[in-house]
Amino acid sequence: MLQNFGKYLLFMKSLFSRGESPRILFNRTIDEAILIGINSIFIVAIVSTFIGAVTSVQVSYNLVSALIPKSTIGFMVREMTILELAPTITSIVLAGKVGSSIAGGLGTMQITEQVDALEVMGINSASYLVLPKILAALFVFPLLVIISMFLSIFGGYIAGTVTGEITAQEYISGIRSDFIPYNILFALIKAVVFSFLISSISSFRGYYTSGGALEVGAASTSAVTNSVIAVLIADFVCAQLLL
Amino acid sequence: MIEIHNIHKSFNGKKVLDGISGVFETGKTNLLLGASGTGKSVLLKCIVGLIKPDIGSVTFDGTYFTNNKLDIRQEIRRKIGMLFQSSALFDSMTVEQNVEFPLKMLTDMHKDERMDRVNFCLQRVGLEGSNRKMPSELSGGMKKRVGIARAIAPNCTYLFCDEPNSGLDPLTALKIDKLIKEITEEYNITTIVVTHDMNSVIEIGDKIMFLYEGKKLWEGTSDNILDSNVPELNDFIFANRLMRDAKKVEEEEERNEAS
Repeated sequence: MLQNFGKYLLFMKSLFSRGESPRILFNRTIDEAILIGINSIFIVAIVSTFIGAVTSVQVSYNLVSALIPKSTIGFMVREMTILELAPTITSIVLAGKVGSSIAGGLGTMQITEQVDALEVMGINSASYLVLPKILAALFVFPLLVIISMFLSIFGGYIAGTVTGEITAQEYISGIRSDFIPYNILFALIKAVVFSFLISSISSFRGYYTSGGALEVGAASTSAVTNSVIAVLIADFVCAQLLL
Repeated sequence: MIEIHNIHKSFNGKKVLDGISGVFETGKTNLLLGASGTGKSVLLKCIVGLIKPDIGSVTFDGTYFTNNKLDIRQEIRRKIGMLFQSSALFDSMTVEQNVEFPLKMLTDMHKDERMDRVNFCLQRVGLEGSNRKMPSELSGGMKKRVGIARAIAPNCTYLFCDEPNSGLDPLTALKIDKLIKEITEEYNITTIVVTHDMNSVIEIGDKIMFLYEGKKLWEGTSDNILDSNVPELNDFIFANRLMRDAKKVEEEEERNEAS
């Protein structure tokens, strides 16, 4: 494990040696951002909306005391969404979707000698292939988390009002009460940290694939599991350090 | 001209290359011949720098390559074109983008100049009009041709081909072999071809190095390979019946001439 961590650090270092021109890096980053971002919006939207809806229903279910105002449902949905669900669940979903895609893509390029082809041309394959993916993830993940926050709160609103558990006015009152702007910053910091972990770990797993199709599948699987574990550990560390 | 000196390489304690030295001449098609698993591809990758040899050195036209400064190695690498066994075309790019890629990355050419060069290279390998096709739409032979076009696009000085006709039918394999030889002579480049195909040896082998269990056992030309007295090479050459029959006919002709 320690050896793998050392290899990972050296891999990270290799991204910054013999880099391509800023123009090429910029174009590649935009391409990757479109791939990561656009292709992930649908799944993020679905997951976020339903998480918000389920949170709303479950909080409502647990509110048995008549002394607790109904607006607490809106408050709880907001707090849970912003602090935890939007950044963490979105990142875990993206670890599955984007992480496996990155590892599978790089792994396939490795076993079909496309990475060697880049190296023979004198191009730093790690820098050319991986750095734009990481930069794109750093840029796109926070945007997806912001979308997730909106949709999750919206999902809670729809579920709460449609089921008749809460009125629209109560819900909106709840989500506006005791708002701490720092929590948004905290969520975005987490999104940036998670995006780096997911994109770099998945790239590392994919880049060092050797063998055949079976190994590409194994690399994708390990990329997802390693990324998810890293995200959960980082989630705890961020909470300890930043809250 | 490429010179290799005393190349050794082991993987996990298993010796794959054992002190190989040799010279690959400019304007000639130099073949690395041997059975599967004898270290041909590893030697090729050691020469181009994809694998670092444990011991030994490689020199390109007098410039030391192995373990030299990064910028010098990069400079040499930019003169290298390589055709991979699997063609190694970038599968997210069209044929045109594949051939254009090294020009875009390694030169300051404008778009129009690049397109002219791409079209010229595609025409040279007989693939004019295939610009918009994706690699997945190409046959094995066409992929090899695109690989060659991509390799020669930036005016390479050294061309490396790793089993260029593997997986191809004999006729297409012959066409690819001839294309490699023509390009080598036309542009006066140093070409090294890894092969285990005797047809390639007979057709294009200007200079041949035979490898056996990581060692160089024989070196010569396609004219004298059939007369070698190296048992391992003879076993390799005459493994198929066609070559054995050809040898018998040749011997009979020689006897008839003598009598």
